[in-house]
Amino acid sequence: MHILGIETSCDETGIAVINGKTREIIAESVKSQIDAHQVFGGVVPEIAARAHIDVIDGMIAHVMREAKLEFKDLDGIAATCGPGLIGGVMVGMMAGKAIALAHQKPFIAVNHLEAHILTPRLLQDVPFPYLVLLVSGGHTQILVAKSLSDYELWGTTLDDACGEAFDKCAKLLRLPFPGGPHLEKVAAKCEDAAKALQNVPLPQPMAGKPNCDFSFSGLKNAVRLATQKPHLAPELAYSFQHTASEILADRCAQAIKRFRTIYPDVAHPAFVVSGGVAANKTIRARLEGLMQENGFLFFAPPLKYCGDNGVMIAWAGYERLAAGLVDGLDAKARPRWPLEEMKQSS
Amino acid sequence: MTEETHQLKSIEETEAFARAFAEKTTAPCMILLKGDLGAGKTTFARAFIRYLLNDAEALIPSPTYTLIQEYETPRGILRHFDLYRLTAPEEVYEIGWEDALQNGIALVEWPENLGYLAPKDALTLAFSPDPASDEARTVTIWGRD
Repeated sequence: MHILGIETSCDETGIAVINGKTREIIAESVKSQIDAHQVFGGVVPEIAARAHIDVIDGMIAHVMREAKLEFKDLDGIAATCGPGLIGGVMVGMMAGKAIALAHQKPFIAVNHLEAHILTPRLLQDVPFPYLVLLVSGGHTQILVAKSLSDYELWGTTLDDACGEAFDKCAKLLRLPFPGGPHLEKVAAKCEDAAKALQNVPLPQPMAGKPNCDFSFSGLKNAVRLATQKPHLAPELAYSFQHTASEILADRCAQAIKRFRTIYPDVAHPAFVVSGGVAANKTIRARLEGLMQENGFLFFAPPLKYCGDNGVMIAWAGYERLAAGLVDGLDAKARPRWPLEEMKQSS
Repeated sequence: MTEETHQLKSIEETEAFARAFAEKTTAPCMILLKGDLGAGKTTFARAFIRYLLNDAEALIPSPTYTLIQEYETPRGILRHFDLYRLTAPEEVYEIGWEDALQNGIALVEWPENLGYLAPKDALTLAFSPDPASDEARTVTIWGRD
């Protein structure tokens, strides 16, 4: 079953064709607009919408050629319809609808967050229910995926998202955009971890609290204060990254307890981490260790699928199509689209 | 143009100040929140929005990545802008700026990025951290009464 996936909700234009039934990625392409934006030092919504428009036709044609398929061979067209920057979402959604209409194919409106949650199921067998940490520039959530379309939010950030904290701390350290990967590189230059934590101690907001919520703004403020004193950038970056990963681990530890209480019969529970911050190796390793200690199977997409891409949209589209969940061409672009609303809309 | 200054000793005081400010605010109104990273803009905005929503626990996500979050309040639509990621002033038209100039209540973080499009007479709150304390802030207010 061949699905075309289109992702345009933020900085990346992602296009892919997969065969959902055989779980094959047939062809894919991701173009990051960050290259185009770096000269400006940030991601710009207007440029984002325009840049998606400039490249989307050519990328779809390229991916279809690579896949050696024509539109008539597709079984469905899936496009991100939210949440995200409305200008970008409109571009991808309208492209998807146009192809669906012209070739009389089913159109599947994909929730970008659901796609992040489901992606690991393309690559490995991850049975429901499973625990998810969704961690990116715009989101930091712990939730349980009970079944397709049925997600229960257990915790979210009370202020900044984790990826946003990375970007802002990178900015305080005068690193270029996107800050996360640059901060990780600088942290890797820290030669004495213990000394870094001693020289630049940072707070862990929410630590030990019996819920699954996050807070990063206090950490950001502490980094701001630390940058005003004499400091070594690698030590500060290391301490920040270490603290962020400890915060995530502490919150996930609470979620593990809760999962065990609510689902005592799941013998080998699974944990999925997804989203751009999941590409950070320190965070990945810390979470994998935590899950092993607690008897959870750990799943994270390969690094290239942590960020936004077309494959995840195609896969979410396949799962929905296979379950008979198809959308009309009147599906709306939704800047906000909480996961809990998936159940009502399906 | 009158200017007034408030000393806020803690996060709680910043929040109480925001609630009192919200109480006095009616639509249409645009409030520019100036100040560097961690200066207290979002703390102010969050308490302000919660007060108008009449929900002390309401989730007020940072609009840094979404650029704008909208809320329906009893006093009309409230738009929470964060222009941190904007680099050219005209980009603000992509995210509903013209509507915000005409109706509702708008809280605008990083208005510096508006450049020449910054409304001249808008109410402005400038936050600056007190170097002697983690939580203390000074806020200076000027603009329309």
